[in-house]
Amino acid sequence: MRSGAATGRAGGPRGKSRFAIFFACLRVVFGTLMCLTIAGTLPVLAEQFAPDGAPDPTASGVSQQTLLREVPRIEGYIDIPDTRASVLMQPAGRMWDHFHEVTLHWFGAVVIIGMIAVLGCAFLILGRLRISAGRSGTKVQRFNAFERFSHWLTAVSFVVLALTGLNITFGKILLLPVIGKDAFSSLSQAAKYVHNFTSFAFVIGLVLIVAMWLKDNIPRKVDVDWLRQGAGFIKSKHAPAGRFNAGEKAVFWLALLAGVAVAVSGYLLLFPFYVTNIVGMQIAQVLHAVIAVLFVALILGHIYIGTLGMEGAFEAMGSGEVDLNWAKEHHDLWLRDQLAKQHQPAVSGTAD
Amino acid sequence: MARMKFLCDAERCIGCNACVTACKNENEVPWGINRRRVVTINDGKPGERSVSMACMHCTDPPCAAVCPVECIFPTEDGIVLHNKDQCIGCGYCFYACPFGAPQYPRVSNFGSRGKMDKCTYCAGGGGPEAPGSAEEYAKYGSDRFGEGKLPMCAEMCSTKALLAGDGDVIGQIYKERVVQRGYGSGAWGWLTAYQEDVKV
Repeated sequence: MRSGAATGRAGGPRGKSRFAIFFACLRVVFGTLMCLTIAGTLPVLAEQFAPDGAPDPTASGVSQQTLLREVPRIEGYIDIPDTRASVLMQPAGRMWDHFHEVTLHWFGAVVIIGMIAVLGCAFLILGRLRISAGRSGTKVQRFNAFERFSHWLTAVSFVVLALTGLNITFGKILLLPVIGKDAFSSLSQAAKYVHNFTSFAFVIGLVLIVAMWLKDNIPRKVDVDWLRQGAGFIKSKHAPAGRFNAGEKAVFWLALLAGVAVAVSGYLLLFPFYVTNIVGMQIAQVLHAVIAVLFVALILGHIYIGTLGMEGAFEAMGSGEVDLNWAKEHHDLWLRDQLAKQHQPAVSGTAD
Repeated sequence: MARMKFLCDAERCIGCNACVTACKNENEVPWGINRRRVVTINDGKPGERSVSMACMHCTDPPCAAVCPVECIFPTEDGIVLHNKDQCIGCGYCFYACPFGAPQYPRVSNFGSRGKMDKCTYCAGGGGPEAPGSAEEYAKYGSDRFGEGKLPMCAEMCSTKALLAGDGDVIGQIYKERVVQRGYGSGAWGWLTAYQEDVKV
């Protein structure tokens, strides 16, 4: 009776559990705007009778305030085929508004500016991590052309997606006052389409990366040693690593998780209301935005260590060949196997 | 300035959908777009009520707040209008709207949305078109408000369930009805839209 009273024909148990998830999520993400409470008891809606025994048409009429206390949104029966229209009211829209306009702006600004600040400090304190032994002049192939293609496919599409995505959230604060409403609108329209279509390139890149590097990114015992030995930041110690060190493995797994999450939530948004209802759409947008902001911060760190932060690292993805001394310092176990392979092509060794 | 609002008296609404038809006819709304709709709660059960719903022209409108290109704005009469030239069809206003008002024509591949369309309170559009012009009519529909008239949906309502006009006036009318007949399920959407209710 409880759900029937409020949701009519269109509602169902699935919808109800989504409400619960949605509200749990929203409470965690931004425990504000508690103008609604799901809690509350529902008076049983049975037909009531006047003293003379005739049905009382008004006694069973449920008031709007009672309904809103009981369920987060009011649904009913509608004549038109558009099922979205059967939701009469969803006051949670104002909570989503609060998330998007207040919580997300602060969260995004703090995470992204915070990450840039952390990297700036790292550069000021640690400086560029040099190759200790200097360059040897000998090169070792680290990534072949296809691996580099897959990486750059993912990387370029990520940067495009990040910039066009950030435009939707921060553009009206940062860019709109500078270029004016009409120009900003045209730009955002184009950015929306670019964002939608680039997503496919990103997903293809992600799939290739996972297929190529999953094997070498499985955590092993050497990763613990690598962390114990100061993760390569302490010059007096040597942190052993195979093809990928624990830091790179962390980036791999976090990027895989975040990539899958933004892709799934993003396709829910790209195909609106195909598989979910209004609550699902709101949750998808919240997840998409929050994970994307964290993903941008992660990739900022990845870009830093691959370019400014470490000498000799960029060429692995640039030309594909790294200096022998760089490989000795950062990926000794992998280098040992590579050299062994070169000398004895028939015997294939495994890392660590 | 009067603050324009809608009020649907669910005890009077008979779910005839005349308001929906009147809106479509007056504004030549494209196929598949419903600026106004009638939702029946507890359909076929005791306590069944029908409510006619469209854009409520909220105070502090959430659609305007979330719009990434800031194309939605309230007028000095409290009517929420938007500029279709600037709309990018992102769909965020639909997620924020408590009343499911924004509508999107399907224009391209996937579920991609065209320029948002919604109830304009029959007050034309928020774009650069001249009020009452043919260009404005083609994009946004009728500008009855500019001619001193109220929205067609409310004007056509046969049971006078749907009221439009100055919020204080229609609030007072509803209040008198509730007092006189002794019951009322509330001014649907008012607390959410205007952050105030009709106190009876």
